[in-house]
Amino acid sequence: MSDANINEIRRLITRHKRWDKLFALIGLLAMLVGVATLAVLFIDLLIDGAPRISWDFFTSFPSRHPGSAGILSAFVGTCLVMLVTALTAVPLGVAAAVYLEEYAPRNWVTDLIEINVTNLAGVPSIVYGLLALGLFVYALGFGQSILSAGLTLALLILPMVIVATRESIRSVPGAIREAAYAVGATKWQTVSDHVLPYSTGGILTGVIIGLARAIGETAPVITIGALTFIAFLPPAPIKAEAPFVSADWLFAPFTVMPIQMFNWLSRPEEAFQINAAAAGVILIVMTLAMNAFAIWLRYRFRKRIKW
Amino acid sequence: MLEVPKASLSARTPHTGPETTRLKAEVRQLNFYYSGGVHALKDINLTLAEHQVTALIGPSGCGKSTFLRCFNRMHDLYPNNKYVGEIVMHPDNTNILGPKVDPIEVRMRISMVFQKPNPFPKSIYENVAYGLRVRGMRRRSQLDDKVEQALRGAALWEEVKDRLNDLAFNLSGGQQQRLCIARALATDPEILLFDEPTSALDPIATASIEELIHELKEKVTILIVTHNMQQAARVSDYTAFMHLGELVEFGDTDQIFTNPRQKRTEDYITGRYG
Repeated sequence: MSDANINEIRRLITRHKRWDKLFALIGLLAMLVGVATLAVLFIDLLIDGAPRISWDFFTSFPSRHPGSAGILSAFVGTCLVMLVTALTAVPLGVAAAVYLEEYAPRNWVTDLIEINVTNLAGVPSIVYGLLALGLFVYALGFGQSILSAGLTLALLILPMVIVATRESIRSVPGAIREAAYAVGATKWQTVSDHVLPYSTGGILTGVIIGLARAIGETAPVITIGALTFIAFLPPAPIKAEAPFVSADWLFAPFTVMPIQMFNWLSRPEEAFQINAAAAGVILIVMTLAMNAFAIWLRYRFRKRIKW
Repeated sequence: MLEVPKASLSARTPHTGPETTRLKAEVRQLNFYYSGGVHALKDINLTLAEHQVTALIGPSGCGKSTFLRCFNRMHDLYPNNKYVGEIVMHPDNTNILGPKVDPIEVRMRISMVFQKPNPFPKSIYENVAYGLRVRGMRRRSQLDDKVEQALRGAALWEEVKDRLNDLAFNLSGGQQQRLCIARALATDPEILLFDEPTSALDPIATASIEELIHELKEKVTILIVTHNMQQAARVSDYTAFMHLGELVEFGDTDQIFTNPRQKRTEDYITGRYG
């Protein structure tokens, strides 16, 4: 090749590489917009709310005096509602996904169901609230309770759990399924011994991302009638006398963190706004902690699986 | 019944093998259609001699893997595939393609080793024990014995006996394939199917698998698909040449490779196409 040719090629490469650099810059900026927004929001909240976060803030009930008000009932309410949500959404979502992925015949009915499941994820959350108000609160008579709220949020994240589980199940290679079938396993043995264990990481990630969304939901919980001022805790699940366990807490009135925040924000006194900021920090930290947990779980479960 | 093509059953019931050779399975007029309607196997007739190695050779897409996967009803895993014809197992005369026969029953009698090693992401021990667990074996001592026996059978025991609880993925490719053979052997199958078992392996691992196949025929009847003609010549007693979904020629491996009766077989073996 002549020198002229080589120089020509080098010039060409230099010119093409300019686009590489340009795109890298655009990509970096795009990413910074997302990260910076979150950082500014969080830092702003932190500056406002940090002075208010103390042990007392966690162990106090709401109060008329901003200085002595706390998030105890909201924090406990959020945890209990999330418990009900997780216990409902996980079995329902995983079973539905396994059915769709492994058992359902391939025909137009299944296709229709699949499209609907995906569409459910796009239904506005307040619509779920309306549905729950009619179904759980009135028709089934669960009242304005932790149970109603938990079930509502479970419905809300069900499509996310189903989609995440299906993705995860689908990533188990066909060769592994065939290996199980080839030694004489039934469909259920293949699913329970192989498909589900190998996709646990992805399923848990989907569940936690779903819960992290549910934890911040306000609209549907207000719709079903969460209280904004609660100065007591739900009854304890364990009692001193027989039968020692009690489900009364499920039917107790409740509030959750976002509603507590909303309540404080709507007060005229500025000191309550600081309380709201502090509660906001705690809510964000809870969400980030859940996401971090999801990442750790995925890492742990993926470690021994190489495909 | 359709007319049996020339060079079929009666003509080729092991006429050159040892006098004691018996039939393990007979394929009669087997046709197979994939769900899209593709007619993948056309009027296949073949016999498997007990404790012998039968090799299936032929160019890519000729239907040899499709044929192999009929033996353990793998096609039943996917909807709308259709078998026509029979595969009869001896001595019980069960047609394993019969509508009343459960594919799981067939897979419990006929094991398979796949093209790419596909161990489960579990320990070495659990990989081999899985077939036994599926059959309801729970006693630890019994499982231990069976796992050791199977790993010895697959010539892997000496290499892994000290690390049975290691993950199977930590083994080399050749070891993984022998682990898959051990998994298939653990359940004492009557027939062992190999689907190009060495195509993903290096020559040394390939040699060890071939040697293993030679030893295994003492215990089990073997059907192997290979795209490597030298391999077929080395490991098999009988060879079937397939082309475009048809069984072109079936006979003693020596005869097929030295004196093929069909023009197409000769062309393939001499490398004129494939």
